[in-house]
Amino acid sequence: MTEPILVVTNLTKRFGGFVALDEVDVSLGGNERLGLIGPNGSGKTTLINCISGALFNEQGKVNFEGNDVTGTAASNRAKLGIVRTFQIPRPFRSMTIIENLEIPMKYAASDRLGSGHVREQAMESLEVVGLQDRADENSANLTQIDMRRLELARALSAKPSLLLSDETMAGLSSSEVDEVLDILFALNERGVAVIMIEHIMRAVMKYSERIVVLDAGKKIADGSPDEIVNNRDVERAYLGE
Amino acid sequence: MMKLNKFWLVIAVVFLAGIGFTVVADNEFYFYTTYAVMQLMIMGIAWNILGGFTGYVNFGSGGFFAAGAYTTVFLHRLFDGPPLLIAVLVAPIVCGLIGLAVGYFTLRLKGVYFAIATLAVAIILETVVINWEFVGGAGGYYLLIPENIVFFDSYIEWLFTLILAITLIAIAVSRYLNSSKIGQGLAAIRDDELAAECMGVPTLRLKLISTTVMGGLMGMAGAPFPYFITFVEPVSAFNLLIAVNAIAVPMIGGTASWIGPVIGGLLLGTIQETVTVNISSELNMLIVGVVLVGFISLAPQGIVGLYQDFIRKRRKRND
Repeated sequence: MTEPILVVTNLTKRFGGFVALDEVDVSLGGNERLGLIGPNGSGKTTLINCISGALFNEQGKVNFEGNDVTGTAASNRAKLGIVRTFQIPRPFRSMTIIENLEIPMKYAASDRLGSGHVREQAMESLEVVGLQDRADENSANLTQIDMRRLELARALSAKPSLLLSDETMAGLSSSEVDEVLDILFALNERGVAVIMIEHIMRAVMKYSERIVVLDAGKKIADGSPDEIVNNRDVERAYLGE
Repeated sequence: MMKLNKFWLVIAVVFLAGIGFTVVADNEFYFYTTYAVMQLMIMGIAWNILGGFTGYVNFGSGGFFAAGAYTTVFLHRLFDGPPLLIAVLVAPIVCGLIGLAVGYFTLRLKGVYFAIATLAVAIILETVVINWEFVGGAGGYYLLIPENIVFFDSYIEWLFTLILAITLIAIAVSRYLNSSKIGQGLAAIRDDELAAECMGVPTLRLKLISTTVMGGLMGMAGAPFPYFITFVEPVSAFNLLIAVNAIAVPMIGGTASWIGPVIGGLLLGTIQETVTVNISSELNMLIVGVVLVGFISLAPQGIVGLYQDFIRKRRKRND
């Protein structure tokens, strides 16, 4: 593993008396593809929320590129390069597709934006996801798959060094899943580390170099896809005794 | 660049036309009427910065407006009738700071809860004024209009020119916010605050800018008000109708762009003044209500939205 880009140590998140995450440790290499799986309610999205800053954790530390970002606001984490997508797409509905991309370009990536026209750079991101011909369409009228494409393109426009992809493929057809996987592989080739939450096992197994399994807020396994498939604890978490 | 120049050209022409109007016209009625229309427009513009651009519905406009008016009263008492221009410069600072404080304490609330909180702020400010004898308390405060004025024939002409200048400033501020990077950030907050934050938009800071500018412009609209009616008392200064009018203007004109409340203010203000003068002031409120209900149910994007739909349809037909 290369120098870690993200180190989460001892992270605990409670909602009232409910412990959503219980002393979770995760680390991620600079160009690694990590799968994050677990049954419903195991805390995957909560972990993404705590890493991206949408929620603040009570205990533990989030360290990004050597800096402690535990108390940093989500907008500032996005500026540092931690960018996420949402499980249910959340486009800026009053804007066109390309205007959606301008927000992260002008805010999250304002320091990292290369020279050149904003629109041209946005078009590059749209080409990666295949929406380049629809740049000026209204984002509210997109189909599910296109909303997810937009979600990815918008995250891409923030010039992330760590992408947190939260169930980007849920509800998509088999060929659409392959399309999204190609996009995520392409992103990773550009040097972006990726944490992918996914229920579609075929996709996770194909994409991930390493997989972390959560169950009831605890990390129960951490290893290569092959190790995870043969792990007794993981089997128990998914299928019961 | 071309467009920018055109905008400032229009602003300059309107201002000069206003000055020319004070020279030519001598029926004071016109000045009173246009003053009321412009006051309404400023409040619509101010409301729209928080309500339309940022998506936070505010029922406390009356509170900010009255805070501006009472800043004038306060300065009047304290310094024995200083020039109005000083109050017009101080009021937006006072009201902007109130806006900043209110924003800081209430912006964690969303939707209906935020709206109720702003209503509460207006009631708190009203209670403060009612119990503050220095500015007249519940009984109100009379201001005598200064007798010697320079340049203008009468005091209302000076007030007219002043509110015209404030209106143009408000339009320019609103247009700047709408078309700048800040405006894009505000629109992102309105559409989806969490997504905006995660895309790097500093949502808290932008919302505070929004409440501060809103408060400042409301206060600026309120500052000349005591001289306009010469008698201020809390019940009319804090009237909920002020808040309703401030909401109605952008709703009718369109909330998404800076031009919306300008159009809405002109239209609603003109209707209101015409009805008040020719029929009755009670019917006036009925008409505001009917027009508002009509627009919200039939054209929620206001006149600007109707116009955009019309353009879009025509373009489609031509394709």
